[in-house]
Amino acid sequence: MLLEVQDLRVEFATRDGVVSAVNGVSYGVDAGETLAVLGESGSGKSVTALAVMGILDSPPGRVAGGRILFQGHDLLTMGREERRRVRGERMAMIFQDALSSLNPVLTVGYQLGEMFRVHRGSSRAEARAGAVELMDRVRIPAAAQRVNDYPHQFSGGMRQRIMIAMALALEPALIIADEPTTALDVTVQAQVMDLLDELRREYQMGLILITHDLGVVADVADRIAVMYAGRIVENAPVKELYARPAHPYTKGLLESIPRLDAKGTRLSAIKGLPPNLLRVPPGCPFHPRCPRVRDVCRKDPRPPLYEIGQGRSSACHFWKETLGDAGRR
Amino acid sequence: MGRYVIRRLVQMVPVFLGATFLIFVMVYAIGDPVSGLFGDRGPDPATAQALREEFDLDEPLPLQYVLYMGKIFTGDFGTAFNGQPVTQLMEHAFPISFRLMLVALVLEVVLGIALGVITGLRRGRSLDTSVLVATLVVIAVPTFVLGTTVQYVLGVKLGWIDPAVSPDPRLDELLVPGLILSLVSLAYVTRLTRTSVAENTRADYIRTAHAKGLPRRRVTVRHLLRNSLIPVVTYLGADVGNLMAGAIVTERIFNIQGVGYQLFQGILRQNSPTVVGFVVVLVLIFLLANLLVDVLYAVLDPRIRYV
Amino acid sequence: MSDATSAPPPMEAEEENAAKGLTAGTSSPDKDAPRGLWSDAWHDLRRNPIFVVSALLIVFLVVIALWPSLIATRDPQRCDLARSLQGPSAGHWFGFDTQGCDVYTRTVYGARASIAVGLCATVGVALVGAVVGGLAGFFGGFWDTLLSRLTDVFFGIPVVLGAIVFLSMISLSGIWPVVLVIAALSWPQVARIARGAVMTAKQHDYVQAARALGAGNARLLLRHIMPNAVAPVIVMATIMLGTFIALEATLSYLGVGLRPPTVSWGVDISAASDGMQFRNAPHILLYPAAALSLTVLAFIMLGDAVRDAIDPKLR
Repeated sequence: MLLEVQDLRVEFATRDGVVSAVNGVSYGVDAGETLAVLGESGSGKSVTALAVMGILDSPPGRVAGGRILFQGHDLLTMGREERRRVRGERMAMIFQDALSSLNPVLTVGYQLGEMFRVHRGSSRAEARAGAVELMDRVRIPAAAQRVNDYPHQFSGGMRQRIMIAMALALEPALIIADEPTTALDVTVQAQVMDLLDELRREYQMGLILITHDLGVVADVADRIAVMYAGRIVENAPVKELYARPAHPYTKGLLESIPRLDAKGTRLSAIKGLPPNLLRVPPGCPFHPRCPRVRDVCRKDPRPPLYEIGQGRSSACHFWKETLGDAGRR
Repeated sequence: MGRYVIRRLVQMVPVFLGATFLIFVMVYAIGDPVSGLFGDRGPDPATAQALREEFDLDEPLPLQYVLYMGKIFTGDFGTAFNGQPVTQLMEHAFPISFRLMLVALVLEVVLGIALGVITGLRRGRSLDTSVLVATLVVIAVPTFVLGTTVQYVLGVKLGWIDPAVSPDPRLDELLVPGLILSLVSLAYVTRLTRTSVAENTRADYIRTAHAKGLPRRRVTVRHLLRNSLIPVVTYLGADVGNLMAGAIVTERIFNIQGVGYQLFQGILRQNSPTVVGFVVVLVLIFLLANLLVDVLYAVLDPRIRYV
Repeated sequence: MSDATSAPPPMEAEEENAAKGLTAGTSSPDKDAPRGLWSDAWHDLRRNPIFVVSALLIVFLVVIALWPSLIATRDPQRCDLARSLQGPSAGHWFGFDTQGCDVYTRTVYGARASIAVGLCATVGVALVGAVVGGLAGFFGGFWDTLLSRLTDVFFGIPVVLGAIVFLSMISLSGIWPVVLVIAALSWPQVARIARGAVMTAKQHDYVQAARALGAGNARLLLRHIMPNAVAPVIVMATIMLGTFIALEATLSYLGVGLRPPTVSWGVDISAASDGMQFRNAPHILLYPAAALSLTVLAFIMLGDAVRDAIDPKLR
């Protein structure tokens, strides 16, 4: 495994008490593999990623337990300086909103070149040449002329390409992309997604794709981990998950996507809202919204993550029944 | 960038004319520049008439203004109460006030930004809280109270400084008056920088900088500082006006014979050419300072430059 | 919008802001309907000790300003030169000033002039600034250019500088010339803020929607834009109020503001610092200066607290 997150716990100190934003999450990514992490906002998918990168805002955030093994080393026991060298060099992150994630007062050339200057000790000229090359690589037209432009002078899609170029600069082993296309127009979304996928293949990188959009991941992901209220509720290869979800939450998500082959049927949405993390209900956190809820779901202990097959797991007491439903949806 | 500066300069012209016209109206229409010169006795009619002609007072007010501005642009600011040309007073007074304001501005910018960055990065710690309380006290206690007290304690009681500075003071003599002058602005710059730094530390691009594996120091200096200084620079423009006002108070406390002192003499003796002349130059300096700040703003923030 | 982000993970920035209204107290979705800007701000303010302390202090000061005889029984103008500069004593806690006036009584009575100047100037500044800035922002185009240049012209005269010139040229005394000149030279700051706020509010979708539904200019401005633009103006005005009180004192110190026989903190401080009169009797400077500083502090802290409550982004 390239990256293995084991039983990760992240807490936030707030005015109203300590919140467990991530509660025993485990997942892994191999080199060349794409793992999609799926969940609504507040499910802990982004926080997990920030903890992996080591850039949680702390305080208030804090890793409260677990291990993050990257290329065999536990990142959480590394010193700060050693950890910093890993960032950018061996793992990189792409953020959702490229406009606010790029520094507005520095040229894109400077921000790209900074990677080479800091990690490789390159000269100004080398860094600039590297920046132009990177911009070429992500297919930004007229890269040599635009290297001295500022982020606000680019279109949304071009800006996201610059984010990708920046992550790619030192050819890291792992890239974490947090909703990389959410802020973009639909047509541009596909282009950026294809670019990301193509580059992953070219460099044999591991890719963690964080998203709330099931439609985005279907084509590019190898496996999917579904998160709910700070926990993983289902983990499965992408095709199996789409064909036969093993958790009512996953099932609900799939049913809320419009489908061409189910024309005329009513589009269903999951009722209710995700829980307040300060007051996660006892038992299965999803039970207040679950159509399949039974008494056992309402009581602690919480359902464990059942191993239900090769590389598949589900945190539902009734995973078998849920799997069985699949044909009838 | 060049176009930006030129546009700003052009915009400045009507503002300068409008502001100086307002001052002119205050002095020449609301006040009476001739009878004021003679106190309670009142002038004899012949002298008064001569003076009225000298000041073009029989012309309509707008024309008076035009004639006055015309003279100013040929370097004729009129005659002060002691018979000296006003320009001569200026030659002496402006360098002194300039030195005073320079001391204040340097202290304000250097100390204010340093304190603001330190506290902004350590919000909620004891250093932050004490600096914050100190800035509030400094803002609340009027400069002239603080100034007279400091002058009394350091100058009279302890004898560390001269309570009054020499007629042509050196920079080091102006250190304490400059500090007093800068205090309120210093407090504002500190608070503004602190807020701005605190806000920007949570900005997305700072998170990106950390994700890139940049050393903390580089993130602070290259990424955080420059963005955080943008609102501070904007404040500095307006603050030049505050410093001018503060300089009048400070010069009075420490008996510094700068612009404030001369302006006051002019007012006490009801000498309109002195008052209007000094104020016109001050307004011009104020506007130019603001222009400079606008340019600096555009240098710091490329989003402004290309609008 | 999700209620799950009480402790918003830093990623979900937009939820963070939207959830702010839901997070303060109890957070179960059924009990906690979203509140408006003002009730939300009020909810925060009540729990902010700085706000409570400064607000109580201001209420106290205003009461004193209106009815000084509540806590001071003597006449501030009745002085006895024989007691000049006498220190604090049992019946006269703050001692006597140079003229032999009771410093305590004068400090209490001084509140009226100082606060009156501050309040009146602030009301004037807020009204002129909001109207000029609001109209410029709302109508845009020619009116914006004209009003903005006018604002720039007044902004081009540093307040104290203009005030010194104006006050020394007129022969009137009392608080009104001081109020007038402060208001006349300070409104541009409010106008700039109001203009910006109105221009922002004008862009909001609901305003566009109201316009599309045929709402007239007056209705748009009064019902839809003003309520949103008024918050920054109020915050600015509160903070300015404190600085105006300090400004009155400064002008009095320079000899062009209020003058005796008007009783004001500025007048008394000015008398005390004149020729270092306070050197043998520090109480004549201390008490009026402390009263003035405390008042200014109260208004600035109030303004800060209100701004923090209205604009959670700055927290």
